[in-house]
Amino acid sequence: MALPSKEIRQHTIAVLVDNEAGVLARVIGLFASRGYNIESLTVAAVDEANNLSRITVVTSGPEMVIEQIKAQLGRLVPVHKVSDLTTEGKFLSRELALVKVVGTGEKRVEALRIADIFRARVVDSSTSSFVFEISGSTEKIDAFIALMRELGMVDLSRTGVVAISRGERKL
Amino acid sequence: MAQQQMTGAEIIIKALVDQGVEVIFGYPGGAVLPIYDALFKQNRIRHILVRQEGGAVHAAEGYARSTGKPGVVLVTSGPGATNAVTGLTDAMMDSIPLVCLTGQVATHLIGNDAFQECDTVGITRPCTKHNYLVKEAGSLARVMHEAFHVATSGRPGPVVVDIPKDIQFAAAPYVAKEKVTRKTYQPRVKPESRDVRRAVEMMLKAKRPVFYTGGGVINSGPRASALLTELVRLTGFPITSTLMGLGAYPGSDRQFLGMLGMHGTYEANLAMHGCDLMINVGARFDDRITGRLDAFSPGSRKIHVDVDPSSINKTVHVDLPVIGDAAHVLEEMLALWKAETKRPDQKALDHWWAQIDQWRARKCLSYRQEGKLIKPQYALERLQALTAGRDTYITTEVGQHQMWAAQFLKFEKPNRWMTSGGLGTMGYGMPAAMGVQIAHPDALVIDVAGEASIMMNIQELSTIAQYRLPVKVFILNNQYMGMVRQWQELLHGGRYSESYMDSLPDFVKLAEAFGAVGLRCTSPDDVDRTILEMIDTPRPVIVDMCVDPNENCFPMVPGGSAHNEMILGDQGGTKATVSDEGKILV
Repeated sequence: MALPSKEIRQHTIAVLVDNEAGVLARVIGLFASRGYNIESLTVAAVDEANNLSRITVVTSGPEMVIEQIKAQLGRLVPVHKVSDLTTEGKFLSRELALVKVVGTGEKRVEALRIADIFRARVVDSSTSSFVFEISGSTEKIDAFIALMRELGMVDLSRTGVVAISRGERKL
Repeated sequence: MAQQQMTGAEIIIKALVDQGVEVIFGYPGGAVLPIYDALFKQNRIRHILVRQEGGAVHAAEGYARSTGKPGVVLVTSGPGATNAVTGLTDAMMDSIPLVCLTGQVATHLIGNDAFQECDTVGITRPCTKHNYLVKEAGSLARVMHEAFHVATSGRPGPVVVDIPKDIQFAAAPYVAKEKVTRKTYQPRVKPESRDVRRAVEMMLKAKRPVFYTGGGVINSGPRASALLTELVRLTGFPITSTLMGLGAYPGSDRQFLGMLGMHGTYEANLAMHGCDLMINVGARFDDRITGRLDAFSPGSRKIHVDVDPSSINKTVHVDLPVIGDAAHVLEEMLALWKAETKRPDQKALDHWWAQIDQWRARKCLSYRQEGKLIKPQYALERLQALTAGRDTYITTEVGQHQMWAAQFLKFEKPNRWMTSGGLGTMGYGMPAAMGVQIAHPDALVIDVAGEASIMMNIQELSTIAQYRLPVKVFILNNQYMGMVRQWQELLHGGRYSESYMDSLPDFVKLAEAFGAVGLRCTSPDDVDRTILEMIDTPRPVIVDMCVDPNENCFPMVPGGSAHNEMILGDQGGTKATVSDEGKILV
């Protein structure tokens, strides 16, 4: 049998958990204590009736480590389901960011123009500042932020990645 | 009909009774007084009062490992809980089912740095299989039953239930065990039949097979051991075991190669190195087993049977994982093997056995008992000889004596060997022996100890005295932390930094001070007499077996070495060289 690939790949993993105290600490603690990478982690309640939350974690590692991460997550008691979106078909992933840009004159106009190109919305404005709301893939947001940095970005808040599979398949 | 209300403390006791708990090990304190009050008013559950909470957890581990039932611990908040942490970690590493109830300050005080408050669930999260903080009396019964389900199902482990004091007083309805269902955590125990079939096909084709079995077989229950024994005998394959798995297959059987790993036998390690098929049942490729990973059993295909999917491909990549409980898997394997008309290549197997017999002839455990000093190996060999035929339960502390016990004592049945394998906790053996003796009052229970380890939980002699437990503590006293000294000799130029045990107590007088019997033995001629006297004394006994302080434990696969780079005792092992990379390894 072929040995598993040693190539380091990024994986987006969705985890359905009981929405109870300490569940996020368990997941984070697992990653910390076993030395796994967390590139992004988001969590929110998704099913109030059944008291379920969904965690989306972006991590990277060689195949053996990714398999370990999934198995370790799977044996946590409050975990219902672990799904590796990266390997289980096509999926969408999105982030949202709030970007504050301070400035006047030409830079301010340029920021507005670029925001328009990226379909970012102005959600707050003063005579010398804007807050843009932008959503999209991590790469798109990275690109927008890189431009805004040159145009007076002073503050940034990102949600981290949420992801869902394409088509009819559910978690 | 309105459900009958009970106090939290009463709910706890009722849940324990309904779970079939007969004994709990504990130590009272402010935050568990209501539970102790409820204990006082009943006579279904026996409470064993230890002398330090760490002792309670190890005692519960000993109880669990010798009975297969979960061990139960009751300690107070703050220091009660933190003292339990070592034992919980120990149980986590060795997959021992425990339920540990900890008191907590009242819910309105949590987070206020109250007296004897600590973040018990935070501290114990990484060292338990799961833990709970009960914030409503209404969920207490459910949590109690769930704790037992989680502790005992799948790969067993310790579970902490942290119960604030106000919850112990509060009134709530009781929920019966049968009414509690858990949506998550239903570990798979039955394997995929397709995987088992493939495993059997691989076994039929093997020319140099070896069974490598571990604690998972013991944890699966005595039936798994019986099935394993039948399968191994039917196949005629050799078998070796980890430290944790000793007793799953009869230790005196010809097909058993002895323990493998760092201090395993020459034949077991070379069989692992040279096999073409490894059948791992319930073991986890621990670093003490594999030695240098990139040189571990390089030419073999590997089957790995484990109930825990996270054990698969963790350190060693295997060709065929079989997820399931050992007994279920072995049962299916056995049925397929019996139904199969094909048989493995007997000529190849004979050849393989001839090779193994050559390795065996090397007699890797040999030592020379000469002169006036007692060799520790001799003391254990005599202990084995003089207890043979008895149903003896052995616990150990951690160090050289532990490895010698694993090498020289023969375990014919499961659940007779209790040792701290994964965590390597000095001070484990005596409290564990206490727990074993509570479960098996009439059995011969011996803690094989070192003089350094025994000092770590020596206070439990008082518990042993209180409950008149006829535990035997067999100290191999070499006046050193022997394994530390051995490593300093091998790796650090013989600079014995802080490994000499100065100012040791007089163990005979110490025994007497605690109401036990103390026996000292300083001459090889007296070893038999001392052991027989120990066995025949129907009271707790401490034996101070004064052994050669300079003896080392061999064979040894030093850190960073492969199985075929073992040091043997009669090769002047102390001159072995260890690579710089090897020295880094623990």
